[in-house]
Amino acid sequence: MIDVDQLYKNYGGKRAAVDRISFQVRNGEVLGFLGPNGAGKTTTMKMLTSFLAPSDGRAAIAGYDVYSESVEVRRRVGYLPEDTPLYKDMTVLEYLEYICDVRGIARDQRRPRIKRTIEQVGLGDRAGNLIGELSKGYRQRVGLAQAIIHEPAVLILDEPTSGLDPNQIVEIRQVIKSIGESKTVIFSTHILQEVQATCSRVIIIADGKIAADGTPAELSRNASGRSSILVEVGGARGRGPGPKDLLAYLDGIESIVVVRDPAGDAASSLLRVYPKDGVDPRGDIAKVIATATDMELLQLTPERASLEDVFRKLTKSAVAPSAASTSEQA
Amino acid sequence: MQNIFAIAKREFASYFNSPIAYLVGSIYIILSGALFFNGLFLQGQAEMRGFFDQAPLLLFIIVPFLTMRLLAEERAQGTLELLLSMPVTDWQVVLGKYLASLGLLAVLTLLTTPFAISVAAIGPLDKGAVVCGYIGVYLMACAYAAIGLMTSAFTRNQIVAALVALFIGFSLFILTALMQILPPSFAGIINAIAIQTRFQSIARGVIDLRDLLYFVTLSGGCLLIAQSALESRRWR
Repeated sequence: MIDVDQLYKNYGGKRAAVDRISFQVRNGEVLGFLGPNGAGKTTTMKMLTSFLAPSDGRAAIAGYDVYSESVEVRRRVGYLPEDTPLYKDMTVLEYLEYICDVRGIARDQRRPRIKRTIEQVGLGDRAGNLIGELSKGYRQRVGLAQAIIHEPAVLILDEPTSGLDPNQIVEIRQVIKSIGESKTVIFSTHILQEVQATCSRVIIIADGKIAADGTPAELSRNASGRSSILVEVGGARGRGPGPKDLLAYLDGIESIVVVRDPAGDAASSLLRVYPKDGVDPRGDIAKVIATATDMELLQLTPERASLEDVFRKLTKSAVAPSAASTSEQA
Repeated sequence: MQNIFAIAKREFASYFNSPIAYLVGSIYIILSGALFFNGLFLQGQAEMRGFFDQAPLLLFIIVPFLTMRLLAEERAQGTLELLLSMPVTDWQVVLGKYLASLGLLAVLTLLTTPFAISVAAIGPLDKGAVVCGYIGVYLMACAYAAIGLMTSAFTRNQIVAALVALFIGFSLFILTALMQILPPSFAGIINAIAIQTRFQSIARGVIDLRDLLYFVTLSGGCLLIAQSALESRRWR
């Protein structure tokens, strides 16, 4: 549905805003575009909606080139720019009628379309209000309404939840999710839970380059390389074999890192255990500690890198070697 | 075509939602009325010359303030980006906006027709000359509107757009005054580009194709530049 190939944009400075990125989005995918501010998310979206021309490379939506066949692209795309620019002096209904006018929706289809769209985004009781008098959450719904009223195949939303309160965020997310059931959606955000809650796929972009690409679960796995287990043991006082020595003999454990030795008030040791691939040694750990020592097992917690860790790891050092390898794996 | 009218319709309607149009419009009507009737009573002649003489001066001051928002406001508010993400060409946006300003100027011009009607009530009026005069006033207003739209396409700051348009309008207006300073050999060139000369020839009651062509070319050129300004975001 969306085909981006070596897309490049330079605003004239030394640094490229978007640096030869390539990716494809399949029909029906909901793609989260994740990245710190200034990473190139908005620029990429502006090129996809034909507002800006790529300096080099190409992108196509539904087979139409965003530069040379931009009107065809724009017919098929619904777009909500950052900060939801709307005409504040119009009512919601007037505005949607205007959008139908500009988009050339046939007259006999307008009424039902407007009605359906208003219901879909939950604007029913505000249709007659001036847009300038609506709260930010409702304005966002108007923005979404104009983006979907022509039933586009592709929806591009630039930070659709920024500046909303938590309740509004949940509501808007739900609207996006329900729209996403039948359309291809790209939306950008820097909120990580949002991606986990709504996206089937994530592209992390940093410094104009793609740092990672995959499902949220894949990215979490790849970032840490492997998952680990946090083991807390009480009663070990440094005499005789400590928990580390004991566990080292277990099968299925690759390595152990002592996070905290017992000292002072902290009477327990904390270890991070890295199991071998595909092995869950938690049962063995519990058994060994219970039977072979008089120490007590206080905690046995599997750890998995959250998307947040991935994000920080990938975007902090821009495109560090580890990030590059992650994107290769994905 | 339909989307040109859609854009024009919205723009025209929003003129009446903002105080600027009312304010600037009232200033125009009141000033031109006051100046005109003042001269009329002094001269004691039933003619519209007073109105047509000061119209050029008022128009190049007034029109920029009516056109300044056309594209600058959309740019500043970000709505331009949304508009251009719809299946409309840059030309259609420019023409839609221009059409809206032409509509508003038509309303303003119509609102000054009571001047002529009241003069006609006082004494015999040369109707043909008055109609030509009004056509000239409207054509000149349209040319200034194209200049204003052009400057509005370049900036997000409405005041800058208005002032630059005012400066360009003033330059075109002042050209005829230059004729007294410059050697006579320049007269031909100045007569060709001075808006005042063209207007006066129409207001005298002669609608010459060359004068019409002048206004059409001036307006068209400005719209072309405005369109390029919009398009420049997509230049590689």
